[in-house]
Amino acid sequence: MQWQHICTREDLVAGSGVAALINGEQVALFYLPDQSPPLYAIGNHDPIGGANVLSRGIVGDVNGELVVASPLYKQHFSLLTGACLEQDHVSVPVWEVKLDGDKVLLRPLPAALNRTGT
Amino acid sequence: MTDDNTVLPTSGNLVIIGNGMVGHHLVKTLVEQGDASPWTIHVFAGENRPAYDRVHLSALFDDQTPEDLCLSPAQWYRDNRVTLHLNDEVVEIDRDHKTVITAGGVRQDYDALVLATGSYPFVPPIPGHDHENCLVYRTVDDLDAIKRCAGNAKRGVVVGGGLLGLEAANALRLLGLETHVVEFAPQLMPVQLDETGGALLRKEVEALGVHIHTGMKTELIDAGEQHTLRMNFEGQAPLETDMIVFSAGIRPQDSLGRQSSLELGERGGIVVDNQCRTSDPAIFAIGECALWNNQIFGLVAPGYTMARTVAAVLNNQAGDFTGADMSTKLKLMGVDVGSVGDAQARTAGARCYRFQDEVAGVYRKLVVSEDQKYVLGAMLVGDCDAYDTLLQYMLNGIPLPDNPASLILPAGDAAPALGADALPDGATICSCHNVSKGAINDALDGGCCSLGDIKDATKASTGCGGCAALLKSVVDAGLEARGVEVNNHLCEHFEYSRQELYHLILVGGLKSFREVRDTHGKGLGCDICKPAVASILASIHNDYILEPEHVGLQDTNDVFLANMQKDGTYSVVPRVPAGEITPEKLMTLGRVASKYDLYTKITGGQRIDLFGARLEQLPLIWEELIDAGFETGHAYGKSVRTVKSCVGSTWCRYGVQDSVGMAIFLEHRYKGLRSPHKLKFAVSGCTRECAEAQSKDIGVIATENGWNLYVCGNGGMRPRHADLFATDLSDQQLVQLVDRVLMFYVRTADRLQRTSVWLENLEGGLDYLRQVVIDDTLGIAAELEAQMEVVRERYQCEWRTTIDDPQKLKRFRSFVNAETPDQDIRFVRERGQPRPATEEERSDLIETVSV
Repeated sequence: MQWQHICTREDLVAGSGVAALINGEQVALFYLPDQSPPLYAIGNHDPIGGANVLSRGIVGDVNGELVVASPLYKQHFSLLTGACLEQDHVSVPVWEVKLDGDKVLLRPLPAALNRTGT
Repeated sequence: MTDDNTVLPTSGNLVIIGNGMVGHHLVKTLVEQGDASPWTIHVFAGENRPAYDRVHLSALFDDQTPEDLCLSPAQWYRDNRVTLHLNDEVVEIDRDHKTVITAGGVRQDYDALVLATGSYPFVPPIPGHDHENCLVYRTVDDLDAIKRCAGNAKRGVVVGGGLLGLEAANALRLLGLETHVVEFAPQLMPVQLDETGGALLRKEVEALGVHIHTGMKTELIDAGEQHTLRMNFEGQAPLETDMIVFSAGIRPQDSLGRQSSLELGERGGIVVDNQCRTSDPAIFAIGECALWNNQIFGLVAPGYTMARTVAAVLNNQAGDFTGADMSTKLKLMGVDVGSVGDAQARTAGARCYRFQDEVAGVYRKLVVSEDQKYVLGAMLVGDCDAYDTLLQYMLNGIPLPDNPASLILPAGDAAPALGADALPDGATICSCHNVSKGAINDALDGGCCSLGDIKDATKASTGCGGCAALLKSVVDAGLEARGVEVNNHLCEHFEYSRQELYHLILVGGLKSFREVRDTHGKGLGCDICKPAVASILASIHNDYILEPEHVGLQDTNDVFLANMQKDGTYSVVPRVPAGEITPEKLMTLGRVASKYDLYTKITGGQRIDLFGARLEQLPLIWEELIDAGFETGHAYGKSVRTVKSCVGSTWCRYGVQDSVGMAIFLEHRYKGLRSPHKLKFAVSGCTRECAEAQSKDIGVIATENGWNLYVCGNGGMRPRHADLFATDLSDQQLVQLVDRVLMFYVRTADRLQRTSVWLENLEGGLDYLRQVVIDDTLGIAAELEAQMEVVRERYQCEWRTTIDDPQKLKRFRSFVNAETPDQDIRFVRERGQPRPATEEERSDLIETVSV
């Protein structure tokens, strides 16, 4: 899959998330300038709350794992794997994301690596 | 042949005769099982008030009113659709027609009937016992009669030196009478205590000025010379008195059982089986009127157990009453008395250990089994500290320590008290509500994290309260085992409580989350600590919350200055101070709502909530609202919400002050204050209290002379009446106190702790809060006021600031790379307004589109 140019760095909000649309799917993009890598992309749809809101959650870490807390019912989703920390078998898709200069590039993770890919 | 008569129906009319503590407990248990109950409940009460806490009747001689003792007001019965007939005694049960008939002529059919008629005080048939100054001690009305009679009396005698007799004697003492107790047995409390215990109790009670006469048999009551009455005894000098209170035991109130030919015990009591069923399968009896296994249980806890048994049977569930532990602990005239199990050592082969301290007035007796392995019972006078431990040893059959005497020896060289950890899961902690240690741990697992939560969830320690200390230790141990109590840390990133962190931030002059975390925390932070720190920073500095260093800390509601709803859209609540709004502004709200097709609803805080706004619509909506003179309502923040008001003296015939004016003033004064949780105010213009100020964090009620201030009330999940804090305040005094209370709360409360819970957990409670706020015992009043001044000076309408900043507005779009709205947000119309489509409707909608 090809990298797609989604937006630029200044569209992002440091320490927080924004939503983007890629091939009709909603992606939550998180920009954590202090982290390496600084960009994370997971599905914007909260499978528990049933609404497209994960980009609007608070990011942080739980036992060292980078997470976003759903603004609806506060479950935590891993920014790396998309897995829900509170409920087994619940997860959201993950995208590969990188910065090229100020360009934000995105591509789907191979299905085999994605927990929701099956 | 049918056996219809022996099969209990599972629905229909349930009649409960008697509305004492046990009868009430049955109603409560049934009601709490939910709306699904198939029974229509009718309660008949002989007294003219709903069930009250008879156990604490003597509190009426302190500063309590009958209303304080009320278990559930009449309104509660109405709310739960239970018909309560007060002051209308049932006089006849017609078993053939399954009907009860009252003195007032009411006839009520029943499918199931429960007798909870309790007991009546036994008055020995002494000639003269029916004199009008001869009274009993059982009901609120009895107490009123005692009070009336005591008004003209100098000396009073209580006949009966048992538990209730001593309670009654204390009542006479508190009424200022020279008090005597006449007991037939050679000692006080002969049922619970032995001779040594009785003698010690006597000494303590006599030290309070109460005269004790034991071994006295009253033969005749006739007219006295110095006093109204004269009591004549067998072989003793007579005693004159102005009034007599009989408290010589109770008898089961079984007259209806007798009238309707139910099987009774030889010495009274309605015979019941393990399901509390009488000889008529459609009729049950519970509490002190019921005779189980030839025993009457004269304590409230076994009565409650019977009530729960019947509730289960009525709901077609298994229920078994198999007797009850009669251990008891109480304070009689300041003397602690406890009796556990077989305190009198009547079990064959029982051995005793005794400890007596005549100087301190303490007596403890431990009764153990013949093999010295188990506790059979215990007796405690003067000090009940060991009660909980000994009771648990006895109830749970816990093996005795090597040196059993250590259980009753003075602390110091004694064995350590039985910790909560040592109790088995099945150990009953609260016998009134039958709550086991296991149930408490389940509640802790279920999310309870304080003593208050546990009381709410399990009802433990809300009956007689005797288990309070034990419950606390079980809860503390349970929390500790779950890593909660020992650690009131905010979260894994900060090893401080919110209060500690507040102090560190204030003293260190820290201004950003990064500074706070680098100095006092670790990791990146999370959705717990980030908003908490943001709130602390806001209440100290009151910066614009969407500054780049703050924006990532806020909950989504704060980030987008609106309230997220279940479908990811937002609701918008502009400030309408005190609920006063011009027709023009009202029309603006209508116009904006109509333009953006927003669901519109009036809130409980006298504002208007506009629902269903998408992210990208929020700035457009607010531009129009700000143009029309609205400002943000902070409905999205943990902050001051609204000041509700009644119309006050400007219009109302009854109002004594301008409540609307005061409410507007207060709302503008405190708007924008960020706090541990939301804050609601109300101002009422007179004592009719139409603004419901007593259910608010800050409540103000007008008086002829100014304002009364109420604090820390709450509606919602756990209602709490606000406490009256100060009276007849001037405007200036009022805001000074409110400034201080609010800032003290902001500084010291836990994260997400409402003022009501904060006050309940504040050591020293309301008195302490008064000392800090009114008397300034901590010397911080000026500082609190100054801090409030800073917050007020730095107030800004966050929406105005946001609208004026194109950079901030960039966040208000559904996607960074597309102008389209979120296609998954779908509405359907109901009652002429939009609402989120349900899952089902949503798939229908999509299908329609795809066809």
